[in-house]
Amino acid sequence: MNSADRGGADLNNTENIAPDGFITLAVLAVGGQGGGVLTKWIADLATLGGYDVQMTSVAGVAQRTGATIYYLEMAPKTDRQPVFALSPSPGDLDVLIASELMEAGRAVLRGFVTPDRTTLIASTHRILAISEKSIPGDGRAENPLVEEEIHKAAFHSVCFDMDAIATEAGSMISASLFGGLARSGSLPFDVSLYEEVIRTSGRGVEASLVAFHGALHYEPTADDKSKQVKPTRRQVQGPERLVSDWDDLRSRVDTFPSESREMIELGLIKVVDYQDFDYGHEYLDYVEEFSTRGNALVNTAAKYIANAMCYDDLIRVADLKTRSSRQARLRGEQDIPDDEIVHVTEYFHPRAQEVCGTLPAWLGGWIEAHPRCFSLLDRLTNKGRRIRTDGVVGFGLLWVVASLKPRRRKFLRHRYESAHLKNLLDHTRKAMDSDTDLAVEILQCQRLIKGYSDTHERGHSKFAKVMDTIQDLSGRKDATDCVQRLRHAALQDEEGIALDETVATMRSSF
Amino acid sequence: MAERSFAKEVLDLKIGKGDIFRGEGILAITKALLENGVGYVAGYQGAPISHLMDVLADAQDILSDMGVHFEASASEATAAATLAASVHYPIRGAVTFKSTVGTNVASDALANLASGGVTGGALVIVGEDYGEGSSIMQERSHAFAMKSQIWLLDPRPNLPSIVKAVGDGFELSEASNSPVMLEVRIRSCHLLGEFEAKDNVRPTMTVKDALEHPKRDIERIVLPPASFLHEQEKITKRLPAAINYIRDNKLNEHFGPSSGKVGIICQGGLYNGVMRALKRLGLATLHGDCEIPLHVLNVTYPLVDDELIAFAKSKECLLVIEEGHPAYIEQNIRAILHKVGARCAVEGKGPFPEAGELTGPVMLSGISTFLTEMASELLPPVARAPNTPMQDTTNLAKTVPARPPSFCIGCPERPIFAATKLVEKELGEHHIASDIGCHLFSINEPFNIGATTMGYGLGPASAAAFNDKTAGRRSISFLGDGGFWHNGLTSSVGNAVFNDNDGVIVIVDNYYSAATGGQDILSSRADNNSKSTKHTIKKAVEGVGVKWVRQIDHTYDVEKMRASLKEALQTKETGPKVIIASSECMLNRQRREKPIQKAAIADGKRMTRTRFGVDEDVCTGDHACIRLSGCPSLSLKTLYDPLRDDPVASIDQNCVGCGNCGEVADAAILCPSFYQADLIHNPTRWDQMFSRFRTKIITKLQARRDKNRLVFSEIIS
Repeated sequence: MNSADRGGADLNNTENIAPDGFITLAVLAVGGQGGGVLTKWIADLATLGGYDVQMTSVAGVAQRTGATIYYLEMAPKTDRQPVFALSPSPGDLDVLIASELMEAGRAVLRGFVTPDRTTLIASTHRILAISEKSIPGDGRAENPLVEEEIHKAAFHSVCFDMDAIATEAGSMISASLFGGLARSGSLPFDVSLYEEVIRTSGRGVEASLVAFHGALHYEPTADDKSKQVKPTRRQVQGPERLVSDWDDLRSRVDTFPSESREMIELGLIKVVDYQDFDYGHEYLDYVEEFSTRGNALVNTAAKYIANAMCYDDLIRVADLKTRSSRQARLRGEQDIPDDEIVHVTEYFHPRAQEVCGTLPAWLGGWIEAHPRCFSLLDRLTNKGRRIRTDGVVGFGLLWVVASLKPRRRKFLRHRYESAHLKNLLDHTRKAMDSDTDLAVEILQCQRLIKGYSDTHERGHSKFAKVMDTIQDLSGRKDATDCVQRLRHAALQDEEGIALDETVATMRSSF
Repeated sequence: MAERSFAKEVLDLKIGKGDIFRGEGILAITKALLENGVGYVAGYQGAPISHLMDVLADAQDILSDMGVHFEASASEATAAATLAASVHYPIRGAVTFKSTVGTNVASDALANLASGGVTGGALVIVGEDYGEGSSIMQERSHAFAMKSQIWLLDPRPNLPSIVKAVGDGFELSEASNSPVMLEVRIRSCHLLGEFEAKDNVRPTMTVKDALEHPKRDIERIVLPPASFLHEQEKITKRLPAAINYIRDNKLNEHFGPSSGKVGIICQGGLYNGVMRALKRLGLATLHGDCEIPLHVLNVTYPLVDDELIAFAKSKECLLVIEEGHPAYIEQNIRAILHKVGARCAVEGKGPFPEAGELTGPVMLSGISTFLTEMASELLPPVARAPNTPMQDTTNLAKTVPARPPSFCIGCPERPIFAATKLVEKELGEHHIASDIGCHLFSINEPFNIGATTMGYGLGPASAAAFNDKTAGRRSISFLGDGGFWHNGLTSSVGNAVFNDNDGVIVIVDNYYSAATGGQDILSSRADNNSKSTKHTIKKAVEGVGVKWVRQIDHTYDVEKMRASLKEALQTKETGPKVIIASSECMLNRQRREKPIQKAAIADGKRMTRTRFGVDEDVCTGDHACIRLSGCPSLSLKTLYDPLRDDPVASIDQNCVGCGNCGEVADAAILCPSFYQADLIHNPTRWDQMFSRFRTKIITKLQARRDKNRLVFSEIIS
């Protein structure tokens, strides 16, 4: 048998238990998740069910945030003491509980889940490991692969997001995993015994019971599959004249190939929201140039031109932080109802560069050209500033900065960013005539430009390095592949070490 | 206050004869000490016996009611030296620490104790931190027993056996006038089980009695000529006495048939693992009936020659199952059998690997290899040709990320290392010496800071050689408050002063011995009924002569932390530069404050709950903040936005509002995405008035802006 329960089915699954009733069970958890509580509950359950039980754990420094393992053995009570082992052995587990998807994967790797006997109970949510989080790009492990592998490895599996169930119940994942265990039917105990264990545990009993039953009776719903919430409808609100202007501008999108309209509309919304209708027209003009070379190119152009046009300057940050939608989101994220008072402090650290960027180009440029002036300005501005945006002064300050928006195109930063966009488009145009795929790859290099201050500058230097290398690549058959490799390398680490290595390797093969 | 409270569990220590005691291994040991009339107990915390110290501390009232003195020692050396109370007086004493690191520290006192010998039973309970879950170098305590002539007990890992070993240990110690070491492995300490209790026994002589009736015997003092006599006495008197006691009281056990073609000898602590392997091979039952003669060494030093010779008799081959390297027991058994010319062959390391933990699979393969070669007729067919399904996990192995332990959410040590990383970005890389403690997590992602760790409190000592006035850079070394009081004040700081070392010393002070479970130490800020606390580290380092000292009372101030480090690395002042970075361990702080805060909120008092957040539309998904923090609560989330490629940073609900992420974003000039949200519980009238006023103006300003722009929104239905 190799059955999978991703919700929906109720099973009784004690058929794989050994004739002497001996059961081995391990819990793999991330430190701080309450793995110890869960193991204690299972031990109490076994005792209540008339079993001899032994529980062991390794609680050393690993209890902080690393992977932790708990182990239980149980057998029906007789007049003789069983000899229980103290740690789990690969190939010798009846039940394995993993409190997180990658921990389930780790359990399989360690041989703790085998198709001949192991029932796997796992929560499929993710707690990202530091190695996944710290990559400048997207370094997250591939969930579907792991989900598939753990199902294959188990005799029977009960896998769904038990963390969400626990959070919703205001409880800990230990309670929903306990529900998952009851649901699996892998232990010969009645559900009422499970409940009794929770009731006698003393703390947070009601919430634990809700989480327990949540997992026990869990039914997957349609939108569970993709945890990403995808909006279904778009709404534009505002003064009538602006709405009708928008409709005019929006109608230009329909002149593009139908497959690209969605992306173009998203890009258009982004630039109009960022600046104004003129900026929107400018955007569409740029995109138009690439609209005849196939969907891939126009889609990529629509995406990255919008991103390049909407650079992150002081005005944008001030604008975003003073919107009413931001307040609503903040209250949602922080669990704060509308009638409660929240004080919000922003952590800012503007430097002279940012200030110059928000000055008219002639003035900003002049200051930048005069080091003494610039360093004076830097001394005045370059320090951490805590701004209370729930207060009148702090909010007012940002509101005023945001009102500089109509003048943005005259500012120094806009001059720099326009030059960058031109550079990006020039490179793309040059490649486009001979190789559309290469042009697509080049446009995607805009992804390297992100962050603020030093991070932003590093992004630009990586971008420049990639573009330089592209120059030398021209004419090579594998140019497209090379650009892709360069871009991936650039997103591997902060300092650009992987990128330098890749560039060196490529140059050595010229 | 320790991380885990045993206040409820210790009440079980009072139960008497015939009752069933149910609990963890460490509690069982405590109960056994009381049942055996112990007069004093001391020790130093450290996994896996940290909780034993916590249990003892929580049981202090019960202990003093019984006339038992308990002491949390300053170090393992102190703990071992405490056993001196059993030298002249017939008082039973027990000390505990982790091994082998603790035994290393204690070895001076242990060697002296073993030389002079003891009158009262002296028991050293070592938590053998070996194998999976261990955090120290992998060595055996066995060598200490052999070199100092301390008898070593390694009981079978179940509570009745461990409890019995405590009693046996005291009796053996008294019968042979030698200290006895009781070895308990990681999992035995945390093993939950049952045993039948006995009545607690008051010590026949208490430390009070001894103090009031002092005694001395020059023969027991380690100084020539007595020390030479001790060496002889150990061999001629104490060793034979110990061997007789072990034999006569059958401390070692026999299982299975009395004779057979082959036999197995194993350390007591490995018994369960051996039985499990035999069960999986079809040669034993769950309840321990086995088909192969098995000699279990509950005493692994000294060995009883005649027991082993008798066991070897008429057997063709013996298998010695012994964990770790070197194979002292196997060598000893070979020598014993060789001396009497026994024909029985001996196997051990060979079927078993030379080094490493004897885990389930190792045990299974070792025993089955041995039996296949030596007595394959004993094996059932399934064991001879096991049909284990193999799964290809190559892709999975590439995907599943490692999960090394790291700093907790809100840990005050995180900003210290963020600041260090920022200083290194500015001034270049430095030689950084680390120490033992939570702060050693700095060596992992995302900080990657620290080159060596040489022992508890020895961080700065391990940078002692890097003392060159002409060098363009200085060394940086870390040690924790626990390590500082354990050994660091003299071996590290005092040494640096004495040798005029210019290096920078960062003392990470989190108010507790935090890594071992939050026990109080000299500089703890809490009131402690039985201990004297609040002795500042600053005064101590100034007392040994450090001139350049900076006390930072809020480590979360990354900018200040960075400036201090920079100054320390650049100042012209000679001699050690000491930065004391103090903020309370967040795990302990939360445990202490949460209930108080909850009660205050329920009480209607004005309280703030601080959490941090990331503005998802301001965050560009570069994750620079994560590379300078690694906070478990700071993670990633995917936005539904086809225009974006990379996930953005996001803070989950476990945030405790320490402020590190905001501080780091500021100090490293990362981005303006972070915000701090202070929810005001039970606002005052002023709060409400101000809030109404602010909201009114802000809403007006927002409305004014919205008059001239479109608001795009995505509706999720």
